[in-house]
Amino acid sequence: MQTNQTVKEIKLAPIRNGTVIDHIACGQALNVMKILGVSENNIDSCISIGIHVPSTKESKWKDLIKIEDRELDSATVDKIALIAPDATISIIRDYYVAEKYTVHLDDHVSGLARCSNPNCITNKGEPVAPEFTVVSRHPIQLRCCYCDRILTNVSDNLL
Amino acid sequence: MDLYDKDVVSIRDFSKDQIEGILDLSQKMVPYALGDKTRRILDGKILGNLFFEPSTRTKLSFESAAYRLGCDVIDVSEMSMTSISKGETLADTIKMVDAYCDLIVLRHPYEGAARLAAKFSINPVINAGDGAGSHPTQTLLDLFTMREAKGTLDGLNIVLVGDLKYGRTVHSLADALTMFGAKITLVAPESLQMPDDIVSHLEEKGCHPRKTAVLEDVIDQADVLYVTRIQRERFPDPSEYNKVAGTYRIDNAILREAKNDMIVMHPLPRVGEIAPEVDGTQHARYFKQAFNGVPVRMALLSAILGGEMRCRRIRQ
Repeated sequence: MQTNQTVKEIKLAPIRNGTVIDHIACGQALNVMKILGVSENNIDSCISIGIHVPSTKESKWKDLIKIEDRELDSATVDKIALIAPDATISIIRDYYVAEKYTVHLDDHVSGLARCSNPNCITNKGEPVAPEFTVVSRHPIQLRCCYCDRILTNVSDNLL
Repeated sequence: MDLYDKDVVSIRDFSKDQIEGILDLSQKMVPYALGDKTRRILDGKILGNLFFEPSTRTKLSFESAAYRLGCDVIDVSEMSMTSISKGETLADTIKMVDAYCDLIVLRHPYEGAARLAAKFSINPVINAGDGAGSHPTQTLLDLFTMREAKGTLDGLNIVLVGDLKYGRTVHSLADALTMFGAKITLVAPESLQMPDDIVSHLEEKGCHPRKTAVLEDVIDQADVLYVTRIQRERFPDPSEYNKVAGTYRIDNAILREAKNDMIVMHPLPRVGEIAPEVDGTQHARYFKQAFNGVPVRMALLSAILGGEMRCRRIRQ
């Protein structure tokens, strides 16, 4: 009988160089793909996605993404933290984990998402980046520092 | 209370002590607001009154407050009269006006405009209403009116009725009332109830407002009945406005159920929410409330521009 680990290995083969984004909240993998720029068709490497993969953590299920030949910049990791606050990032070099860390969501977020309030001054062409205070991490809720509106659907409002 | 050179953007920026300090100072300003005494403690200062949305009470009471203290006023009353109509950003307009005055009072149709103005202005900014956002000086004069009538703000039973969704005055007011342990009842049709994020914020502060659509069920418990206009201009869809317009009307018949000392407040203008017959009853406070805008705004201008400190030095 195959174990979960075996199944995972078959579905998502190890990568030689690149990044593994693990412990993405179930259902958020496609939103992380958007952050990676897949919808803009500007990726030159292979990406593997595991959706609804067994997890050893409390949540039991997770999503997982492996990107070959790319290491993520800090702005991209910050955006991922907004929709997957428990995600881990592993930098893979020559099949070994060269670096591993959990994404970190600051209490204050600037320039990563737009306010969902169409009447907010930050959506009116003013020379300011949208700013938010994190009011909840599970689920993610951000309060706009300008209009005070609570943003809950962060993935729909990423910049 | 130290408000010298401070912005007034949201009532959430104030502590309970600061609010009480402003109300105390407002009380002292009443004879000056009435013109019974004169005090030109802001002589030589200039107030920039920027009103990019229609206003009668707020604009005039800021002007009156400024003139009563000897402060000059420059103003803009229409967006079409400014370079904003030519495509200038609010940020640039603010930086320019900032150079012409000592304090900016801003009313603007977009939420968060005052916060943005405060970011770009060196001089202090007072929010005189930003879209459906907040209106902190209205809140202060509302609190002043309640305290004046009831002797205290602690533990009052406040019924807010009307447009609780788009009405910015009730958002700021409910926020402030939580600091004083008020019991809040929200009376509105479902489509105009208080937004969930504001209710959540009230609950975080320990206030658990009761919601109902039927005013008759709760009016007998009210110490204060705070009525708001259902604002046609805030409705994206006119048919939605027509469905709810005229839902509540306060008249002498409904007031028979109220306590004798219950007061009726309204930020004005009213459009049929309160029958003129109520004006002559002991309950009516809305015109007194409108007057109270002057002493409260005098207190704020004085505290922010340093007049309060100058008064203290003169008294010493």
